[in-house]
Amino acid sequence: MLTVDFVNIGLNHYLILSAIVFVIGMLTVLLRRNLIVMLMGIELMLNAVNITFVAFSHYNQLVNGQVMVFFVMTIAAAEAGVGLAICVSIFKRFKEVNISLFENLRG
Amino acid sequence: MSNELLFAILLQAPLVGFVINGVRFQSKDYKFAGILACSAMAISFACSVILSSRLLSMDPANRHITSTLFDWISAGSFNAEVGFTVDAISAIMILVITGVGFLIHLFSVGYISHDERPSKYFAYLNFFVFNMLLLVLGDNLLVMFVGWEGVGLCSYLLIGFWFTDREKAAAGMKAFITNRIGDAGFLLGIFFLFMEFGTVNFQDLNALAPAASLLSWGEPLVLACLFLFIGACGKSAQIPLYVWLPDAMAGPTPVSALIHAATMVTAGVYMIVRLNSVFMAAPDVMMIIACVGAATALIAASIGVCQNDIKKVLAYSTVSQLGYMFLGVGVGAFMPAMFHLMTHAFFKALMFLGSGSVIHAMHEEQDIRKMGGLKKALPITSFTFTLGWLAIIGIPPFAGFFSKDEILWYSFASDRGAPFLWVIGVIAAGLTAFYMTRLMALTFWGKSRVPADVHPHESPATMTIPLIVLGVLSVVGGWIGIPHVIGAVLPGHPPNLLEGWLHYSVAKITLPQDAHVMEWILMGVSLSVAGLSAIFAYDSYVRNPDRPERLAKRYSRLHNLVYNKYFVDEIYFGRIINPLIEASKGLWVYIDVNFIDKATYQASGFVKSLGSSVRTLQNGNLQTYALYIALGAAIALSFIMG
Repeated sequence: MLTVDFVNIGLNHYLILSAIVFVIGMLTVLLRRNLIVMLMGIELMLNAVNITFVAFSHYNQLVNGQVMVFFVMTIAAAEAGVGLAICVSIFKRFKEVNISLFENLRG
Repeated sequence: MSNELLFAILLQAPLVGFVINGVRFQSKDYKFAGILACSAMAISFACSVILSSRLLSMDPANRHITSTLFDWISAGSFNAEVGFTVDAISAIMILVITGVGFLIHLFSVGYISHDERPSKYFAYLNFFVFNMLLLVLGDNLLVMFVGWEGVGLCSYLLIGFWFTDREKAAAGMKAFITNRIGDAGFLLGIFFLFMEFGTVNFQDLNALAPAASLLSWGEPLVLACLFLFIGACGKSAQIPLYVWLPDAMAGPTPVSALIHAATMVTAGVYMIVRLNSVFMAAPDVMMIIACVGAATALIAASIGVCQNDIKKVLAYSTVSQLGYMFLGVGVGAFMPAMFHLMTHAFFKALMFLGSGSVIHAMHEEQDIRKMGGLKKALPITSFTFTLGWLAIIGIPPFAGFFSKDEILWYSFASDRGAPFLWVIGVIAAGLTAFYMTRLMALTFWGKSRVPADVHPHESPATMTIPLIVLGVLSVVGGWIGIPHVIGAVLPGHPPNLLEGWLHYSVAKITLPQDAHVMEWILMGVSLSVAGLSAIFAYDSYVRNPDRPERLAKRYSRLHNLVYNKYFVDEIYFGRIINPLIEASKGLWVYIDVNFIDKATYQASGFVKSLGSSVRTLQNGNLQTYALYIALGAAIALSFIMG
């Protein structure tokens, strides 16, 4: 059983926070139909991972994890740019950004 | 200049010409295209001359220049390089190809000036020369094979150059398909040689070929020679694959001169001379080659007697002369065969170009029955044609006499020869004299039968200059190979230069040493047969023009047979081609549709039904996919952690 110490904030607190944020993000992606909200969910998942990186970096006294975070943030920015561009073009075509409009890949 | 650079320029000049003319193929500017193509040829010719003169200054026993570009195929013990060699044999070839080729390119400028697509024409012509150079310069069988296929392709493209005419397009295809049969044999020959010796390099092959003769038919070497000869039969139009060459006359006339008289069709002879030591080891195959050559010489000459199309006569004459060359290589007369190859390139190119000039003057008329008396209208063409005529029927001191007589002497006297081969050769020489004289008589001499609305005129200078140069070569070209018996009695005792040149490059053959009297007698016999036959032809077609008709009536069955070319095409169609087509149709309708198609449909149906059960997984919904990923990740994680 995981014991939670509410006074001394330690590694476990960060990992639990990260897990919660990640699950929220994942559920957003899996359940919401709005493309923009789904993109926000992806951002949440990426940032949840960032939290674990920073937490472990601090815990292990290694700077590698923080370097990684910068990479993730850069890529997240690029990915958001592409994703939003797709959103714009879908919106131009359908006047809506519902993901169900985008099902031409079905077998 | 280094040798590598010379090789590069020699080979690439026509290639560059091809590329430039090829990309501007729609241009109708025949002057630019012609000048470009001609200058490419002139550069190549200059390189050939420089390379040959360097060879001349080298030690005769080790006379070759080799340049290797890169490793082409290297797999296990098999190694093929892209390498080029010029030696005594290929030097003759490159001089002929680029020299005669240049003259024919020059002639083409005038000939093609009225055509729609001159750039395309010159591009093909230059590409042909490039491939031909590849063929003769390659130092192994694979590079030669690349050139061998390349010239076949160019030949097809140029025969069908006026492809809007169905018949001409069909002639191109016929040439291509007939050549494929030979090429398959050629490839098998290469395989067998590799199997036996483990190399495809000419020098190694000639060095490795056993000195002792192999007589068994099962030997890979014997089979290799046989298959290589089938390849040569296809390319050089020998029985039974000669049928494409007469049809190939559908192409432009300079093409017939370059490809179907002077260069490409001699590739088979060249290949056998190149591998002379290998072929010497298989005496039975050599005998077959000699017999096929003699038979081709005789049969093609006899067909030539009854043809009425000026180019068809020359085509059958080419087949017949190629037969002589094969008779030569078959009896071990490699030097005379190369000699005849060279002189034939001169006089046959001359006569083809001459016929081109006549056709040009007659507004595309090719039937010699509608000509006659053209001597006055076409003085230069007529004069140079006469030189070619004297050369081909073998009147001394014209070029054809020396080379043809050398072949005939070898076929009689060499230890691989036989008297009956000589007899066939002499009969063919008589027929040659007859049909060539007939051609001269019907075209240039006698009364004019030209239709009233055609006014023949001499061709422009770009067309007559090549004729004059080739005319001179047809006279003096034979003087480099004057036989010893004749040289001994001539003032100054001219040596046999060509024999000295090729001395170390070809295998030796035993000839009787003290048979000068015999050689003189045989020479006299063949010369008088040719002379009498020419006089008879002159008498029949100029003095008594009704005699041929009478003879044709009297021997109507024979005439019919010869006039219809022994029905060879009909037999091929009836016995081989049509049954093959019928059989293929049967296979298609019964075997293919009922069994092969059914089997493939069932296999595909099975795969389809397998797929339909899982295709719903891919429903196009992004979120379902994301769910699969998440589930997969969860399962993987639970395995790792747990």
